[in-house]
Amino acid sequence: MPPLAGLTVLFGAPALPLDEAGKYVAGAYIVFAVLLVVYVAIMAFKLQRMERELSELASFAETRNDGDR
Amino acid sequence: MYGKGLRPLSIATAAMLAVSLALVFFYAPLDADQGFVQKIFYIHVPLSIVALVGFVVGGVFAIAHLRSGNSRWDAYSYVSIHMSVIFGAAVLITGAIWAKASWGHWWVWDEPTLVSFLIVFLMYATYYPFRYAIEDRDRQARYASVFAITAGAFVPLNFAAVRMAQSLVHPRTFGTANGGLPGEMMFVFLVCLATVALLWVTLVKFELTAKSASGQIKRLRRALDAPDSRAGSRIAPEVG
Repeated sequence: MPPLAGLTVLFGAPALPLDEAGKYVAGAYIVFAVLLVVYVAIMAFKLQRMERELSELASFAETRNDGDR
Repeated sequence: MYGKGLRPLSIATAAMLAVSLALVFFYAPLDADQGFVQKIFYIHVPLSIVALVGFVVGGVFAIAHLRSGNSRWDAYSYVSIHMSVIFGAAVLITGAIWAKASWGHWWVWDEPTLVSFLIVFLMYATYYPFRYAIEDRDRQARYASVFAITAGAFVPLNFAAVRMAQSLVHPRTFGTANGGLPGEMMFVFLVCLATVALLWVTLVKFELTAKSASGQIKRLRRALDAPDSRAGSRIAPEVG
């Protein structure tokens, strides 16, 4: 089987007419994907913030324990 | 603990998304009337159904909150509505793209289905300023629950009114006199609907887990920052 046979099959499939209609269908599915990615990115940002806060609290607790000794 | 079972749920959602996309593009037959553009149907309609059901679910959680006074139900209600608003935005955008491809216009103002969904979306968009305009947390939760119940009751009424209205161009997919979808299209549609519903549940769980973790950090900060703290020093104030 030639190396790019899979791609040939994919782009040669009758269900993928990459004409005028194709750009609208691609647009709709890309919008959906972009919204998902943006949501995940926002959640990743929140996770980073939580990690920073936890790290800050951990250092605070460690400093306090060192002071008690 | 909201995070329990999140990993298998996420894996199942990702797998279902892949299967759904494969079915849409390689299994579902081309529509005789619209052709390839009809593929938008498999993302647009499930998103709209899940968004509308999500708004109603938010109202049901709000009832549980008002009945029990348990703030956990308020969190469920808030996150359900939040996720449905995001899905609603996707519905409006994918719908506009489909409208442009099929009708030649991004938006048709005299079409009841489109305008009614926009009204529902805008109504829920006011949920955030309404909620966060109230500082007292108990009052905020109570008022938000009343909003969620009222708006949640409006959603099925609005849907029924639109079904009864005379549509100009928007298709009626189910229960029409000319019959519904052919078997293969219906199968793919149901798989897509299950996938989008699963995605909604996963994201709601994800959001609840993040909110819970954030709340635990705030609790920890308050505990460490308490006046009877052994060190007696103050740490940085809460963010957000």
